[in-house]
Amino acid sequence: MSTMNTVGRPTTPNAVTTKPATLTGGRGLLQNEPLIFEGDGWGKTGVDLPAPEGHGSDLGGLVRSDPIGLPGLSEPEAMRHYVRLSQKNHAIDLAIYPLGSCTMKHNPRLNEKMARLPGFADIHPLQPMSTVQGALELMDTLAHWLKTLTGMPAVAMSPKAGAHGELCGLMAIRAAHRAAGQGLRSDKPRNKVLVPTSAHGTNPATAAFVGYQVVEIAQTDDGRVDIADLAAKLGDDVAAIMVTNPNTCGLFERDILEISRLTHEAGAYFYCDGANFNAIVGRVRPGDLGVDAMHINLHKTFSTPHGGGGPGAGPVVLSEALAPFAPVPWVVHDQNGFELIERPEGEAREAFGRLCAFQGQMGMYVRALSYMMSHGSDGLRQVAEDAVLNANYIKARLSDLMSPAFPDGPCMHEALFDDEWLKGTDITTLDFAKAMIDEGFHPMTMYFPLVVHGAMLIEPTETESKAEMDRFIDAMRALAQAAKAGDVDRFKGAPFHAPMRRLDETRAARQPKLKWTAPDGSNLAAE
Amino acid sequence: MRYLPLTPDDRQAMLAAIGAQSIDDLFVDVPAAARREGFVDLPRVSGELEVERALSAMAGRNTVAGSVPFFCGAGAYRHHVPATVDHIIQRSEFLTSYTPYQPEIAQGTLQYLYEFQTQVAALTGMEVANASLYDGSTAMAEGVLMATRATRRNKAVISGGVHPHYVAATETVVHAVGVETQVLAPAFDAEDAVIAQIGPDTACVVVQTPNVFGTATDVTKIAEAAHAAGALLIVVVTEAVSMGLLKSPGEMGADIVAAEGQSIGNALNFGGPYVGLFATRDKLIRQMPGRLTGETVDAEGERGFVLTLSTREQHIRRDKATSNICTNSGLCTLAFSIHMSLLGETGLRRLALLNHEKAVATRDALAAVPGVEILTPRFFNEFAVKLPKNAEAVVETMAAHGLLGGVPYSRLNPDAGMDDVLLVAATETTLDTDIKILAGALGKTLSA
Repeated sequence: MSTMNTVGRPTTPNAVTTKPATLTGGRGLLQNEPLIFEGDGWGKTGVDLPAPEGHGSDLGGLVRSDPIGLPGLSEPEAMRHYVRLSQKNHAIDLAIYPLGSCTMKHNPRLNEKMARLPGFADIHPLQPMSTVQGALELMDTLAHWLKTLTGMPAVAMSPKAGAHGELCGLMAIRAAHRAAGQGLRSDKPRNKVLVPTSAHGTNPATAAFVGYQVVEIAQTDDGRVDIADLAAKLGDDVAAIMVTNPNTCGLFERDILEISRLTHEAGAYFYCDGANFNAIVGRVRPGDLGVDAMHINLHKTFSTPHGGGGPGAGPVVLSEALAPFAPVPWVVHDQNGFELIERPEGEAREAFGRLCAFQGQMGMYVRALSYMMSHGSDGLRQVAEDAVLNANYIKARLSDLMSPAFPDGPCMHEALFDDEWLKGTDITTLDFAKAMIDEGFHPMTMYFPLVVHGAMLIEPTETESKAEMDRFIDAMRALAQAAKAGDVDRFKGAPFHAPMRRLDETRAARQPKLKWTAPDGSNLAAE
Repeated sequence: MRYLPLTPDDRQAMLAAIGAQSIDDLFVDVPAAARREGFVDLPRVSGELEVERALSAMAGRNTVAGSVPFFCGAGAYRHHVPATVDHIIQRSEFLTSYTPYQPEIAQGTLQYLYEFQTQVAALTGMEVANASLYDGSTAMAEGVLMATRATRRNKAVISGGVHPHYVAATETVVHAVGVETQVLAPAFDAEDAVIAQIGPDTACVVVQTPNVFGTATDVTKIAEAAHAAGALLIVVVTEAVSMGLLKSPGEMGADIVAAEGQSIGNALNFGGPYVGLFATRDKLIRQMPGRLTGETVDAEGERGFVLTLSTREQHIRRDKATSNICTNSGLCTLAFSIHMSLLGETGLRRLALLNHEKAVATRDALAAVPGVEILTPRFFNEFAVKLPKNAEAVVETMAAHGLLGGVPYSRLNPDAGMDDVLLVAATETTLDTDIKILAGALGKTLSA
């Protein structure tokens, strides 16, 4: 018996031998939180609005009369609901978030504060330009930083995420070829885009989205673009290559200058996927590598928060050859101030069009510029160096137990392992990842890039301390040793200690249930 | 640098563990010709105070919507967002998490996305909604592409009432893949004009209600005509609050709804980030773009949520994917969902009615201004007026006097010969005194 503290004395735990399931589904601080549709919120509201004056509308038959099906929550109920949900999430503010290719770095709160200044957050996209000179100045300043850091002469700001940036870059390339008489519907069309097998899925998806035929380029044994294969596939039917550098194996493309030379000789453009710019920012300028277009994920390299999957921002830097084809709108300035060019005419007559309704992700621009100004050119160079140092440190300290996919030479900002070392254990990369969850860590990126069997791609970023990395490495080593020692159950059933056990994704896809419905099939809860 | 935890000693110890002499050893794969020594030509590290000063100075050179009488709309609307919303979305667990690829430790995100999808489906009157796209305009482009896949036809008929920037963003993308578009001439009350243009090659008809001039339309007849010809109806909504008062697109027969969700939970932000709402019918699920959250169970039979049907998506299907979208508008969907949860149906309906009443009051005040002609017959919270002068010049003059009096239609579409048309929006944030000031300023400007 433990001592009850009803008499004011400290408790002493007794020796517990079993862990019974709870009766409510809650687990200690983790509440079993129902959906908002499952409570008593029908008819309730958490917002006090003045009563309408009551003369109603003259909209007649246009007025909605059916029940909409939206429950309401009072403010305290809303706070509890969302705070309870929040506690079921991993986050960069809790621990290392080593998702390779995602660059989960610290999100400075100054950036949040700056983005919420009314002068940025509470201005309308179509206000007269004379009333938003500061906003246009901010866009222009960010553009200057991006151009300077990449060594590129122009930047298209409006793409709303990395994949949108890819779309922007390929559209500019398409427009340039069309202007040269080699468009997709010309007699001699450049209709192919070459993409390495290791590329992000967005690369081939974007190329196909824009109407190009995707041709894969082989990879060498040391994880780089196979130059011979590239040379063989380049020709006058190729519009562009899309190469990620550093690539998705976490390696710098050593032959990058040769790649760009061959590409340009063939009359094609070099699109660089800039998802991994964090590894080289301040040390290498893509403009010096012969890049024609590169998107920059502001939500990766420049720390705007990932927010559970967005919003992002994907400005695209462009070479001299592609700059005239950038989409509207863009900012120009002269002695009279800043102006937004919104129409593809005049100096923007070659613009390939428009990618979104307004000027792009202003909220993200503010955050990114706040981050860049904080670091400065010296701090940003240190970012790349520390990111690369951290990744190599992890690689060095795990290589005796796990099998690095490319053991020779340094990696860049991420360390890639394959599942060779798990052979014979009956444990898969997925099992290993789920066991990491039990130890309090978010798993690394799994099964990507596709060119490495059972891939485990670890990107610590520069904002991890040595102590946090040592903690992570120690946990990885302990798990690796357990795997090799045959402690299979620890992995196969994992996670055991997370808010949920392993989820049945097959069932979700086979019997899709994509929204809540009342037991009677209506969109309202039973009274 | 305050965001970088490694000390010089850490770095030395780590280099030693790696077996490297210096950091340069780790960059050996960079060709010598591309290595940069020294710092690029930009300012050096700055403290919080300095950054805050510099950015605040820029912010100070903008006219804040909330600081003046404000009547701009045309696809972005100023509403009051409860303080709770911004507090919750800044919680670390939401703000600093990634796309929920490990569902066991991302149930917070997945559950709110599931609730969001349910709310959007209810609001739009549709059967299924995705977990968001970038914004309303990209949602429209995705809708047209989806319609061409679903119907195996190649042409979109687009009403002249659709926001010109939405049309431009859509045409830019769909023309690239050879989809043909027919955009009808702008007209204040002309959504029905699309009916005559529907043919056997029409994949979809795109209409907007309320349209860019504010006109609300019952599109039921358009839906019937489209369906009779085997085409789909895409309804664009740029003011999500309108669906709290007006018949939902689903009720009127829409097959796809592409809407801007900014109005609920999200600030004006000079145009972004916003949140694209995308909803459709069950039978079209597998043609949908973007992420979907679905219900399932875990190994112990407990209900949980996962991203699902990802065989449509780029990370699985690569060049065969339904869209290239990856990152979407995660945190903006959370803001939308919290605000909607606080409103509930009761609050949403009241909010919508308040918006309508403010706009009616504004119209009545402007109708009394000599020279002003009201153009929009039926509206929600925005309407168009014809001025005896160039609308852009009028707006500039009023702005110089501390008043943001609306959006000149020519800003969106300078080629239409409608330089005298002003779009005026009112919301629950509009004060009666604001309306008086607008009417007074307009009267003065027009008579000057």
